[in-house]
Amino acid sequence: MSIKAQEKPLGLKVFVLVFLTLWMFLAAFPFLWTLWGSFKVEGDFFSKADWANAIFGTLTQVETGDRFTGQGYHGAWIQEEFWRAALNTVLVCLFVVTISLTFGTLGGYALSRSTYRYAFWFLIIALIFRAMPPITLVSGYLPVFFQWNLWGHLPTAIIVLVAINQPFTLWMLHSFFKNIPQDLDESAMVDGCTRFQAFRHVIIPVMWPGVITTGLFSFLLAYNDFAVTAMILDQQNQTMVPKIASFLGTTQTKGNVMFAVAAVVSVTAPLFVMIMFFQRQIVSGLTAGAVKG
Amino acid sequence: MKMWTTAALGTAIAILGSTAALAACPVTEGRINIVGNEFPAIQSVAAKALECAEGIEAESNLTADHQKINVAGMSGNPAEYTSAIIANSSIVALINEDVIRPLDDLIAAHGQDIAQRQLITIDGKVMAVAFMANAQHLVYRADVLEQIGVEPPKTYEEMLEAARMIREQGIMENPVGGAYAAGWNLAEEFVNMYIGHGGEFYKPGTAEVSINNEQGVATLNMLKALSEYMNPDFLTHDSNATSAEWEAGNVALMNMWGSRTGVLMDSEGSEPVVYENTKVGPPMTVGGGTNPASTLWWDGWTVAKNIDDAAAAATFQALAHATSSALLNDETMGQAVWLMDGYKPAPVNEGVLAAVAMGTTPYPMLPYQGLLHTALGDNLAEFLQGKESAEQALADVEAAYTAAAKEKGFLN
Amino acid sequence: MKHSAFFWFVLPSATAMLLFIFFPIVSIIVQSLYVEHAQVIIETENCGPFGCTPTTMVDQEATEALRREQPLGRFAGFTTYLDRGHLAVNEVAAAWDASSGWRDFGGRMLNLPFYKAMAFTLTYTFIVTPLTIILGFMIAVAVNGAVRAIRGPLIFFSLLPMIVTPLVGSLILFWMVDARGIIGATLQALADDPGLSVKASTPLMWIMLMVYGVWHAAPFAFIVYYAGLQTVNTDTLESAMIDGASRWQRIRYVVIPHLLPLTTFIALIQLMDNFRVFEPIVSFAASAHATSLSWAIYNDLGGETRQLSSAAATSVLTILGVAILLSPVLVRTWREFSRART
Repeated sequence: MSIKAQEKPLGLKVFVLVFLTLWMFLAAFPFLWTLWGSFKVEGDFFSKADWANAIFGTLTQVETGDRFTGQGYHGAWIQEEFWRAALNTVLVCLFVVTISLTFGTLGGYALSRSTYRYAFWFLIIALIFRAMPPITLVSGYLPVFFQWNLWGHLPTAIIVLVAINQPFTLWMLHSFFKNIPQDLDESAMVDGCTRFQAFRHVIIPVMWPGVITTGLFSFLLAYNDFAVTAMILDQQNQTMVPKIASFLGTTQTKGNVMFAVAAVVSVTAPLFVMIMFFQRQIVSGLTAGAVKG
Repeated sequence: MKMWTTAALGTAIAILGSTAALAACPVTEGRINIVGNEFPAIQSVAAKALECAEGIEAESNLTADHQKINVAGMSGNPAEYTSAIIANSSIVALINEDVIRPLDDLIAAHGQDIAQRQLITIDGKVMAVAFMANAQHLVYRADVLEQIGVEPPKTYEEMLEAARMIREQGIMENPVGGAYAAGWNLAEEFVNMYIGHGGEFYKPGTAEVSINNEQGVATLNMLKALSEYMNPDFLTHDSNATSAEWEAGNVALMNMWGSRTGVLMDSEGSEPVVYENTKVGPPMTVGGGTNPASTLWWDGWTVAKNIDDAAAAATFQALAHATSSALLNDETMGQAVWLMDGYKPAPVNEGVLAAVAMGTTPYPMLPYQGLLHTALGDNLAEFLQGKESAEQALADVEAAYTAAAKEKGFLN
Repeated sequence: MKHSAFFWFVLPSATAMLLFIFFPIVSIIVQSLYVEHAQVIIETENCGPFGCTPTTMVDQEATEALRREQPLGRFAGFTTYLDRGHLAVNEVAAAWDASSGWRDFGGRMLNLPFYKAMAFTLTYTFIVTPLTIILGFMIAVAVNGAVRAIRGPLIFFSLLPMIVTPLVGSLILFWMVDARGIIGATLQALADDPGLSVKASTPLMWIMLMVYGVWHAAPFAFIVYYAGLQTVNTDTLESAMIDGASRWQRIRYVVIPHLLPLTTFIALIQLMDNFRVFEPIVSFAASAHATSLSWAIYNDLGGETRQLSSAAATSVLTILGVAILLSPVLVRTWREFSRART
C-alpha cells in the first residue's frame, strides 16, 4: 500500500489525517482522562456536581491542599499491596502463554498437516466449545474443584485459562502453519526424520512470528480475565483484575475506587513497553498466519 | 486535652476488653476459613477472628462473589470453608442445601457469653450468630427542609409533598434519591414498600406468590410517584451512585441503608453545606399503614456442617470472640450497628435503631424468597419506564417467579 | 499425516479441552434436563435480633433422602427449555391467540425474557460486527499510510480500548456518559436539550452499548487487517496502477479481495463474542433497557437462590445460537477444506 511513487491527492490526505486524529482521540481519550484523574481524589474524578472538577481538582485542593495527589497510588501499591496481585498476574500470564503455545503449536501443526475429515471436525468442535459462556463453565467447575481441593490455587487457574483459550489458539496457529509450505517438513521426513523431528528441526525455527502474535492474544486474555480468576482464586493468589474489582467492591468504600483507577493506570505502562517491543512481531506474525482464516 | 484523654481512655478500655476476652480466644487446634462479603464491618470481624488462630491454618476469603462460591465451598467433605458470613436473605441458600450445622452444642461448650439477641434460631435450633443490624431509613437535608418549612417526613406521602415543594421553589430539580437500579436494588424497594402497604407475598402456608393485588398496585404507583422526583437515570442508580448524588448536593430526601450513611456525614467527598446538614430519621410508613415501609437485616456467621469437630470448635470460638465486645474500638465502633454488648450508637445509627424500635418487619427468611426477589428485580423496570401497566408488571413477576419455583421444586 | 502422529500431536490440547470444556458442557446439558426435587416444606418459627416470626423452611431430612435416591434431581426432559424463562412455547402460543396484529404480537413477545434478550443480542451482533470490521479496516489503512516513525505509538494507542480492563474502562465511561459527565454534558449541549440523559432512554442506551462494543472491538479487527495489509502483493498493485486503476479501484479490486479470508476470521470471532455480549450490560447497569443471553445466565447464577438448571438451559441455547449464526462461515470453511484435500 505504501507506494511512494503514488502521491495521495490533497483531499484524501486531509481526510486520512482527520480520520486518524479523530480515532486517536477516541481511542486514547478515556485513558488519558483516567491518567490525569488518577492524581485526583474520588470526589473530583467521579464528580456528580461538575465534570470540570476532574480537570481542575477543586476538591483535591480542599482535601489534600494540592492540585495533585498520589493517594490512589500509595493506597493501591503500599497499603493494599497491589504488587502481590501484580506478581500473581506475572506468574499466571507467563505460564498461560507458555503452556497455551506449547499445546497450541503441537495441535495447530497437526491440524494443518492432516487431510482427514476428523481434523476439520476437530476444529469445528473446538470453535463450538468457544461459544460456551465462561461463567457457566466456571460454575460447573466449582463443586469439583472444592471437592478435590483444587480450588484457590494458581495452577488451577492457569490450566483453566489455557483450556478456555485453546480453541482460539488452535484456530490461529492452524491457519498460520497452513502458510508454511508442506514441502519443508515433508522433505525432512523423506530424509529420515520422524514427524516430531521434522517439527522440531524444520518448523520450530520458522514459526516464531505467528507464535508471538498468538502469544500476545493469549497474554491479553490471561491478563484481562475476570470471570475465571475472580471465582477460582482465593485472596492470597488473587491476580490484578479481581484485585481491582475488590477495590471497587459492592459497597464502594470511600477512596478505594481511586485505588482501582491508579492500579489500572499503573499496569498499562508495562503494556506500552511490551507493545512497542513486539509491534513488529505482531504484524509479521499475523501476516504469515491468520490470513487464511 | 480532654478529648485526648477520652480517646486514650477508650483505647485503654478496648485493650482491657480484649485481654479479658482473650482467655477464650487463642485456638490452637482445628482450622479456620471464612468466606463472606467484603465491606469494612465484615473485614474487621474476619481479621479479629483470624487473630485468634495460634499455629493453625487460618484464612479468609472476603469477596463480592461470596454468594456464588459459599455453597460450593461448603458442600465438599471436608468443606473448604469452615464458616460463611451471611445475611438473613442469604442464609436460606445454605439451609436449603444443608451445609451449615446447628450451633447449640458449641454454644453450650464455648458460647455462654453470646447475647441471646444475637442467636438466630430456626425451628428451635441456633443456626447462626448475628453481629450487626441494618435497615433502610430516611436521610434528609436539614437546611433544605428548613428552607421550605416542613418537618422531616414521617410518611412517603409527606415525602412526596416535601419533594414537590422543593422542586416548585426551585431549590432542587430532582430532590428525591433512591437505589432504584433495576435488579436487586429495585426489588428491595418493592419489598419495603409492599410490606409498608401491609401486603402478603404468598398465599398463606404455600409457596404460591400473590402480589398482583391492590397493595401491589399501590406499591408500584408509589414507587413511580417517587421516581418522578428522581434523577431520570434512577434505574441505573445503585446505592453507590445514589450516595454520589447525595454528596454532590443534588438530593434532599432519600430512603437509604443505615450502613451507608456514615460516609455521607463525613467531610470527604462533599461540600460542608451537604455533610453538615445530612441527618437521619426513622423509616417512613406509607398508605396510612403503621408498619414502616422498610425491612430489617442482620449479618451473621455460621459454621459449616461437613468439617471435623476440632475445626468447628476453632471456628466457633474465634468468631464468637470476634463478634463480642472485644471487637469494639474507636475504629470499628462506627462501622455498623453492632448487636453485641458494649456497643455505643452514634447519631448516624439512629435511623437503624429507630427502625428496630418501630418493629420494622425483618426481611422474609423464606426458602423461595430469593426467587421472588430476582423475579421482581427483572420485571418492574418496564412499569417505571411507563412501558406497561402495573397489573402487567406484577403478572410478569408472578409468571417469572412461578417458572423459577417450579424448576427449584417449590411448586409443582 | 498419519493417524498416530496426529493423535500424539493434538493430545495435550485435546485433553485440556476435554477436561475443562467438554466434560463441563456434558454436565451442563445433563443439568439442563433435570429440575430439583419437590421440596418438602415445613412450617416453623425463627427467632433473631428482631424477635420471632412464623416462617417455612425446607425439611432437610426428607430432602436428603430424596437426593440420595436421585442425586441429579427429577428428570424433566425439555421442560426447562420450554418454560417461560426460555423458549416460552405456551406463552408464545397464548400471545399469538390473543394478539390483534403483528405489532401487538411483537410487543407481547418482547415481554418474555428470552425474546427480549434475543432482540437486543441479535441487533447488537448484526450492527456491531460489520461496524467493527469497517472501522478496523479504515484504521488499518490509515495507520498503514502513516509515516513509519510514528506507527509504533499509533498502534499502541489504537490498541488501548482493548487493553484497559473493561471492569474499570466501562466504569469510567459510565461516569463520562452520565448527564453531568463530560460526554453526557457535551451531548446535551450538542442536542440543545438540558434534559437529555443517555441512561434514562432505551434507544440511547442501546446506541451507547453498541458504540462501546465497536470501540472496544475495533482494535482487534485493526491489528488483524494491519498485518494483512503488509502482505498485499505490490506487483499486482503496481500493474493495476499501470492499467490506470484509480486509488479506489485498487482498494476495491486488489486489497479487499486479498483481505477477504481475514474478514472471515474476524467475522467468526466477532459474531461469537458479540452474541455473548455481557460485560457492558453489567458495567453500564443497563439491564433495565437491554438484556442478553449471557446476562440472563449471570442473573440466574447471581441471585440469593441460584437457578442452575435455568442457567444451564440458557447456556445450551447460547451454544445452539452461536452454531446457527456461524453456520454460513463454517460451510465456507468446509468447502475450502474439501478443496484443499483434493
